[in-house]
Amino acid sequence: MTVEEGVFYVIAGATVIGALGVVVARNVVHAALFLILALLAVAGVFLLLAADFLAIVQILIYGGAVTILVLFAMMLTRARDMPQALDGPQRPLAALAAAAFLGTSILAIVSTEWPGETEVITRIPIEDIGEVLFRDWAVPFEVASLVLLVALVGAIILARSEEGE
Amino acid sequence: MIPINHFLVLSAIIFSLGIYGVLARRSAVLILMSVELMLQAAAINFITFAVYLAPGEFRGLIFAIFVITIAAAELGLALAIVLRIYRNKVTANVDEVDMMKW
Repeated sequence: MTVEEGVFYVIAGATVIGALGVVVARNVVHAALFLILALLAVAGVFLLLAADFLAIVQILIYGGAVTILVLFAMMLTRARDMPQALDGPQRPLAALAAAAFLGTSILAIVSTEWPGETEVITRIPIEDIGEVLFRDWAVPFEVASLVLLVALVGAIILARSEEGE
Repeated sequence: MIPINHFLVLSAIIFSLGIYGVLARRSAVLILMSVELMLQAAAINFITFAVYLAPGEFRGLIFAIFVITIAAAELGLALAIVLRIYRNKVTANVDEVDMMKW
């Protein structure tokens, strides 16, 4: 086992532990803390994939904004008061569905012959990403800005208290 | 070097945990967290294919950027809806929010 593989297993283990904690934790605040672990570990996976720009974006958006948002929503909905009701009665079926998906996809991954190089990571420089994003993908980029604006306005309208409420 | 299958299997594991969370959890906030996990798995897959199989094209990385952007917008909007439901029905449990069901 090379050093790279060792690092991969450590980061992958952290990711899986975090994700597992999110779905099985008996306390919602613990689930949110596990989510932070999982999201930061995914940033590590991005680094291993030589996508350093995306790793930074991941830490900024997920490690910062998303976790704060989730924790605030948790406090405001006071979900802490009902720990017994965290999971529904459909749990065994959910586990079955997840296991079926996992088995099928791992089978597909292992049996597929990938075209091209499957051992070497090619680093894509940030400058190239920027150039492609703002030249070839300029229209989707602008649409994404519009989506963010609409989401912002919509969230404010939905969450603000109405007159006389 | 790390073979491509390692990353793909990791992403499949995260995605199935997300499926389990979405189906088994009852609190809307916890379901949204599981959805985030599934989006993360998709982003890992996009980047993996981009850096291994098609390094000359940037589609995978660009798609991952858009996934992260749309996920942020989705989470903000969804949490606003959850807060709204909580204000109207004093619960964030999806089993009790059935006013659009008959």
